[in-house]
Amino acid sequence: MNDPVHSLALMPIVLPLVSAAILLAIGDKRRWLRSLVNILATLAGLAIAVLLLRAVDEGRIIVYLASNWAAPFGIVLVVDRLSALMLLMVGLLAAGAAVYAEAGWARAGAYFHPLFQIHLLGLNGAFLTGDLFNLFVFFEVLLAASYGLQLHGSGWTRVRSGMHYLAANLLASLMFLVGLAILYGIVGTLNMADLAQKLAAVPEHDRGLLHVGTAILAIAFLVKAAIWPLNAWLVPAYAAAAAPVAALFVLMTKMGVYALVRLWTLIYSAEAGVSAYFGSGVLVAGGLVTLAFGAFGLLASIRLERIAAASILVSSGTLLAALGLDSVALGGAALYYLASATLAGGALFLLVELAKRTSIEGGAQPALVEDVVDEDDNLDDQQLPLVGRAVPVPVAMLGLAFIACALLVAGLPPLWGFLAKLALMRAAVDAAAGVPIAAWSLVVLLLLSSLFATATLVRAGIRHFWSKGGRIAPRIKAAESIAVVFLLLACVLLTVFAEPALRYADRTAASLQAPQAYVDAVLGSRARLGQIEDLPAVAP
Amino acid sequence: MEVLLALAIGVLAASGVWLILRPRTFQVVMGLTLLSYAVNLFIFSTGSLVIDRPPILREGLPPTLEHYTDPLPQSLVLTAIVIGFATTALFLVVLMASRGLSGTDHVDGDPDP
Repeated sequence: MNDPVHSLALMPIVLPLVSAAILLAIGDKRRWLRSLVNILATLAGLAIAVLLLRAVDEGRIIVYLASNWAAPFGIVLVVDRLSALMLLMVGLLAAGAAVYAEAGWARAGAYFHPLFQIHLLGLNGAFLTGDLFNLFVFFEVLLAASYGLQLHGSGWTRVRSGMHYLAANLLASLMFLVGLAILYGIVGTLNMADLAQKLAAVPEHDRGLLHVGTAILAIAFLVKAAIWPLNAWLVPAYAAAAAPVAALFVLMTKMGVYALVRLWTLIYSAEAGVSAYFGSGVLVAGGLVTLAFGAFGLLASIRLERIAAASILVSSGTLLAALGLDSVALGGAALYYLASATLAGGALFLLVELAKRTSIEGGAQPALVEDVVDEDDNLDDQQLPLVGRAVPVPVAMLGLAFIACALLVAGLPPLWGFLAKLALMRAAVDAAAGVPIAAWSLVVLLLLSSLFATATLVRAGIRHFWSKGGRIAPRIKAAESIAVVFLLLACVLLTVFAEPALRYADRTAASLQAPQAYVDAVLGSRARLGQIEDLPAVAP
Repeated sequence: MEVLLALAIGVLAASGVWLILRPRTFQVVMGLTLLSYAVNLFIFSTGSLVIDRPPILREGLPPTLEHYTDPLPQSLVLTAIVIGFATTALFLVVLMASRGLSGTDHVDGDPDP
């Protein structure tokens, strides 16, 4: 416990908590200070995530015993490869969203910054905790903040979709509690590592109840992961939310997937005897249906924000199906895809608002056009020459960013999305020997979703960029372009350094297949013995 | 006692589910509240039902579950009550906002279903 890395494991929780408290205390008059604190705290979170990732990359698992209580009795925070990867995703996306919000959304209502930090606190905590009930608490923390963020900016569409979102998630939370209570009733522990260890000892007549309990628990996670048919709340809520909030919400579906995978690989690993891989059929089938639903949703969507929301469904479905098929190669590819889908989805949500500005004449300035019209020129609708017209810089920048985003989301070369989909399909073909129908459906649906995504994004691109002929240059603030470029740059970097990233994802998947190391690390950490001081005598 | 508690939980949960499926926001809130009562009682019952055995250690009694009730479900239920209360309050705020914006208490804002 003397290692400073152990204390670092607590920082992703403490840092947003403290910054949220500080942000609450800063008054309205010093808005710039609030923005500064918010961005700095988010960037510091990103730095901590990078440090943790480097620390666990060698294969060690960092365990932090809260209040120095040993594993099954106290709450533990665990950083392994999967948690560190998710923390990094939170850091990257949150940094982008925080910078973007400063362009205007942060001032659209009260308490944006504290809610933002509390949301990060909930996300980080859920990725770190090794205790089931603590996971519930962090879920609620992040949901409570997300209700506020979703309504940020107010308006009827937000309130209406927010109410549905709230009701769906409250119900999911109740399911979570029921499942958790059943598990506790049977196994007598809520520490995930302890659960994994004690599961083999569950008597035969309790097996059915155990399966029911975990299935109810899984439903709670699947609602968050937006599996079909539990995802009706997602598209309206995400499409209505303010741009930086929607970008941040991309992480929430990934958290559902994370919680599911974490618990499932721990509890129903190959060592679980008769219960091994319980429910994998449901996961695969649900994932495939969600993938198909999302793919057709993509094609059916006209509005850009709905396209972005449908792409979230596609990525959720892909992840669930790929992880449910349970092969190391497929798992690694799925985690690599998770990183790409998270960042690309976030960037797309940020771009949505900017791209829509090309259609609003009031929010834009006319581009400078030479007024000399030759007889021979091709003329557009308003009798202005089409040839030789300079494309305004914001339109060029937006167009390029949109193309990059479309390539990432659709999974076309040369960017990261393509590599991830290629890895997924290769692994799926390899896995086809064991489960031919599921694996081949995954391949077909992946190709289909790519095609649909390309079609719908091209259509949207033509409508927003080409049909206007670049005449209207949207006003884009520096913060907005920095945020989008930052996220896309991260994607490009991960394309360039694909090999180490893919290797990391493969190692993560391999460690998920062998959960014993996680169990040993958690249950093996001993509380640190301190000096026992003589208690002061109590005065009579 | 087990049967009585099971019946109570069942009635609460069934009424809650029925109310949640109703079209009025207030009914949905009541449904969620009833469901959370049911869930809280359910969590409480996982610690097995006993009378006259507090979860506080006493001198002279060996610390096994034969002499005490399990303290963990009680602490879980306490946390769940607090969180459920807070989220219901949040839901009420959204409900009021929706009522104010749409002028109706229908969950989809339909004026006169």
